[in-house]
Amino acid sequence: MKGLALAALAALVVVIAALCVGKYLISPADVFGVIWARITGGPLTADPTADIIIFNIRLPRILAALLVGAALAAAGATFQGMFRNPLVSPDILGVSAGASLGAILGIFTSQTVWVIQAMAFVGGLFTVALVMAIGAAVRRHDAILVLVLVGIAVETLLGSAISLIKILADPYNQLPAITYWLLGSLTAINRADLLSILIPIAIGVVPLYLLRWRLNLLTLSEDEARALGVDTRKLRLLFIVCATLITSAAVSVSGIIGWVGLLIPHMARFLVGPDFSRLLPASLLLGGGYLVLVDTLARTIAGIEVPLGILTAVIGAPFFLWLLATRERGWQ
Amino acid sequence: MTLATKDLAIGYGARRVGEGIDLALGDGEALCLLGPNGCGKTTLFRTLLGLIPALSGRIELDGIAMARQSRGDIARRIAYVPQAQASAFPFTVREMVLMGRAARLDLLAAPSRIDHHIAENALSRLGIAHLADRIFTEISGGERQLALIARALTQEAAILVMDEPTASLDFGNQVRVLEQMRALSRSGQAIIFATHDPDHAFLCADRVALMHQGRMIALGTPDETVTAANLKTIYGVDVVIATLPESGRRICAPSLTSA
Repeated sequence: MKGLALAALAALVVVIAALCVGKYLISPADVFGVIWARITGGPLTADPTADIIIFNIRLPRILAALLVGAALAAAGATFQGMFRNPLVSPDILGVSAGASLGAILGIFTSQTVWVIQAMAFVGGLFTVALVMAIGAAVRRHDAILVLVLVGIAVETLLGSAISLIKILADPYNQLPAITYWLLGSLTAINRADLLSILIPIAIGVVPLYLLRWRLNLLTLSEDEARALGVDTRKLRLLFIVCATLITSAAVSVSGIIGWVGLLIPHMARFLVGPDFSRLLPASLLLGGGYLVLVDTLARTIAGIEVPLGILTAVIGAPFFLWLLATRERGWQ
Repeated sequence: MTLATKDLAIGYGARRVGEGIDLALGDGEALCLLGPNGCGKTTLFRTLLGLIPALSGRIELDGIAMARQSRGDIARRIAYVPQAQASAFPFTVREMVLMGRAARLDLLAAPSRIDHHIAENALSRLGIAHLADRIFTEISGGERQLALIARALTQEAAILVMDEPTASLDFGNQVRVLEQMRALSRSGQAIIFATHDPDHAFLCADRVALMHQGRMIALGTPDETVTAANLKTIYGVDVVIATLPESGRRICAPSLTSA
């Protein structure tokens, strides 16, 4: 419980800090004043500009970062448990590659932002469905190993399609948009986007949350889990569908943001241990807080917006190496 | 009878590993399965646990055909103690043992205070209550094996299936695990276990089944079945069965041909 409280506190502090900083600095007192005025409907004591900046610009973006970060971390924790491997990330089954191809096709054919997001979402889901279908057809080997290998093969295939479109794309209009999408960003987020991802993320997270203790059983060997009374095939399918749904939804608005889903579950495990009863809520909180932090850095450290994918990799890779070098538990 | 098989054939798809297997296990009985590597012991266990389907024949648990039971039904009647293996995540012993409650809990439930209590009782019964908060992957092989037995106990199944519970344990840990098995058996827990050491049959089995090339060649009390002739048949080596003068307990010793 202590670890969870710590994660919640960290997320809260980061969110408040993110509301304060930016090109227009707002003091924490003014942040509370503005929010209080909105909640109670009372008179605004702070600068009216602060109200507009907080509610029209910063809050939607912070909420999006919270949602996307929490989604990626929860999906990462789920996939790591299910594939019995702490080095697995949420795009193990090709979600990101599929979503990328969908989005890039949308950009290439000059679709509207809405259509591009929808294509990314569908592309992610479709790719995982394809990987699962091929995996189910190949029955001669260990089911989990087959899924991972099929995922790698399909991802490579989609990667070559992505490269082809990049070559064919208009280098002045489309290519920068494609590159930007592939690096991940929350710059263009608005309230409608928030609503459009909130629903699929909620549909995915709620079953994961309700069944979180059972996820522990999927980390055992197949025979052990089944002998303990678990219908592993049904349960694994449900978890894959949920984790894929939330990853696809997140990626569809933010583009590719690597490392969050791989790294955050490790930090969460460090904080609360490997039991998914606590690991899942801790991953949600830490993932959300972490992406708010990184997104705040992205919009404040330089004159231009730094793409999120660059920052998460720059922070994530060294941290990962540090974990690898110093921690022994859970790395067998 | 808690478990009975009738003319059971086991194997994987087209590959038939064993056939004509008739077994019966009474309440609280300990049955030892002896047989060389590759004779079909593990395949038989996986079939008895319902992990792979029987090729033909019948398995009954509590008089009900296994084919008609759900995974949960089976898990509430027969529990599995696998050979201890490393886990990918650093669960504590307590968390590991609590997983045994899965078949007793609703789909959406997490272990309650009562389940924690049951897990702690199981740990105490096996004399490893002090290990509850240690990391499962960091305790010794013998302790891990005891923890897995504790997990199977929390399943509250009438039958325990143990696949070579003493494999890769040092001598002391082997004896500790055997002692616990005998204590469980005395307290009314039915156990089926496989072993490579005929002495283990004398130490904690009520009955012994000898398996050879997928068939049961003998089934009876240890004294009847663990004989020099039978062991010669299944292992192809000469042994001497002797009786210890004080306790009257039998032991089995290989006689090396080059001596």
